[in-house]
Amino acid sequence: MVVARVILPGAASGRALKVAALSFWGGVDPDTGTLTDPSVAHHGECIAGRVLFVAEPRGSSSSSAVMLELLRNGHAPAAIVLGRVDAILGLGIVVAREMGWPAIPLYELAQQEMSAIDDGADIGIDADGRLSRLRT
Amino acid sequence: MQLSMDERAALDGRDGPAAALAMRVLAQTARMMGAERLIAIESAHIDGCLYHGDSGTLFAERLVEGAGRAGVPTTLNVGALDLLHAGRVKLDAHKAAMARRMMDAYVALGCQPTWTCAPYQAGHRPRTGAHVAWGESNAVAFCNSVLGARTERYGDLLDICAAIAARAPDYGLHREANRHATLLVDCTGLDPHLLAEDALYPVLGAWLGRVAGGRIAAFAGVPRDTSEDRLKALGAAAASSGAIGLFHVIGVTPEAPDNATTFGGVPPAETITLSGAMLRESYDRLSTTSGARLDAIAIGSPHLSLDEVRRLLALLNGRKSRLPFYACTGRHTLSALERDGLLGKLSDANITLVADTCVVVAPILPDIADATLLTNSGKFAHYTRPNTGYDVVFGSLSDVAESAAAGCLVRDQSLWS
Repeated sequence: MVVARVILPGAASGRALKVAALSFWGGVDPDTGTLTDPSVAHHGECIAGRVLFVAEPRGSSSSSAVMLELLRNGHAPAAIVLGRVDAILGLGIVVAREMGWPAIPLYELAQQEMSAIDDGADIGIDADGRLSRLRT
Repeated sequence: MQLSMDERAALDGRDGPAAALAMRVLAQTARMMGAERLIAIESAHIDGCLYHGDSGTLFAERLVEGAGRAGVPTTLNVGALDLLHAGRVKLDAHKAAMARRMMDAYVALGCQPTWTCAPYQAGHRPRTGAHVAWGESNAVAFCNSVLGARTERYGDLLDICAAIAARAPDYGLHREANRHATLLVDCTGLDPHLLAEDALYPVLGAWLGRVAGGRIAAFAGVPRDTSEDRLKALGAAAASSGAIGLFHVIGVTPEAPDNATTFGGVPPAETITLSGAMLRESYDRLSTTSGARLDAIAIGSPHLSLDEVRRLLALLNGRKSRLPFYACTGRHTLSALERDGLLGKLSDANITLVADTCVVVAPILPDIADATLLTNSGKFAHYTRPNTGYDVVFGSLSDVAESAAAGCLVRDQSLWS
């Protein structure tokens, strides 16, 4: 069984969306949640409601503001799983909670363990970070 | 995570609702990152004043309503508006109003209206070894690497919380042990002409950002007289193509006087010997098209220094730009340009000055389908396509001047073969 480390609490389910490297600023449209960087896999798809796996979080420190905006306007992923913990995205979630907006869970999972997750699969993550494949 | 008596009092509301909120966010972030405590900081630089949506404005106004006030000297990064040149930014009325409210809120929190991504060239220069909390990835890289002050890669939202609390989580690059290089990048075999070319430095940075992962690199064989403008270009490119918060240049940057100090007394875990071919590949990757089309030129990410503007004017040598040409800079450089009587020369050369903001964070470029932008900035090269829809071609400052004067793309690629 694959178990992710819980960074910010919660449980979620949704279709897995895996990208190798992503900066939310410059990589995600804050109004719609669409992946806008042509060099990123799934370019043009929307991250809203997905369980987003980012092996390597990258780049700009404005990503926390994009995260906050997605949480306010309802286009956030259902959960985010990072290859290594990064304060920038977590912060957007922490501040959303302070503002009384819906928050999402954040997990850390080593890159090699991410390979066990099929891109596009319907998956669930429980409050202890246990990942499971949901039957469809 | 242990808070001091003083921090706990702030958390409990002694200093008002905004100070309590700031301390809660700091404490949660510290816990998230595995920090055991907070540490006092000497200054802050705020990236969070750039509008990305109404949420950021509402957050800043929540802090103002809660009697928030920066507790240390604090500068502001770019906003989404050019407050000095009305109409430069083509935001719709709602977004422009919210962006303005956001900028006003940060000033109301006691931050200095510097509106620049190069605060380190606008007088904000913490001493080597000082703990600070800086946002904006290029500013973080410069602050750590070139000034030797200590900041983690803070983001929007945490930056203002740190400024209000005058504290930062004690983790990552605040800790001495985490600042040593582990990756040696050997540049001694590179063509000296390449090392003397400004355009090498963003190419080097973009390469580093892609290969470094979470590692701290040290460059060897880079000239000792490498200018701050070159280090700024390197750091900005590295911090946009990767999560680089600190790099060293042996013999140049303050924490790298010699190999032993740079690597903390142990041998590098890995050495990469840079070749011309590796840099050629990195150079090519900074362009998204190999077409000959050119519609506009933009420079100034990070914001131009006075010296960079002077070098542009020297290369133009009285010639006018025959293409839309945007030079992005801060008020610190604008006032120096005014003092030195250079504003007229720029407008004579058909150069449009953009202040307080820039062309990849605000809609400024002409609305042209399938257009291409030329830049000498590794950071603009990285963000132009996703943020503006323009294709981008990377070139040297000479390429920029020659293309501007010719009205079409002119690139001298002989150094990169």
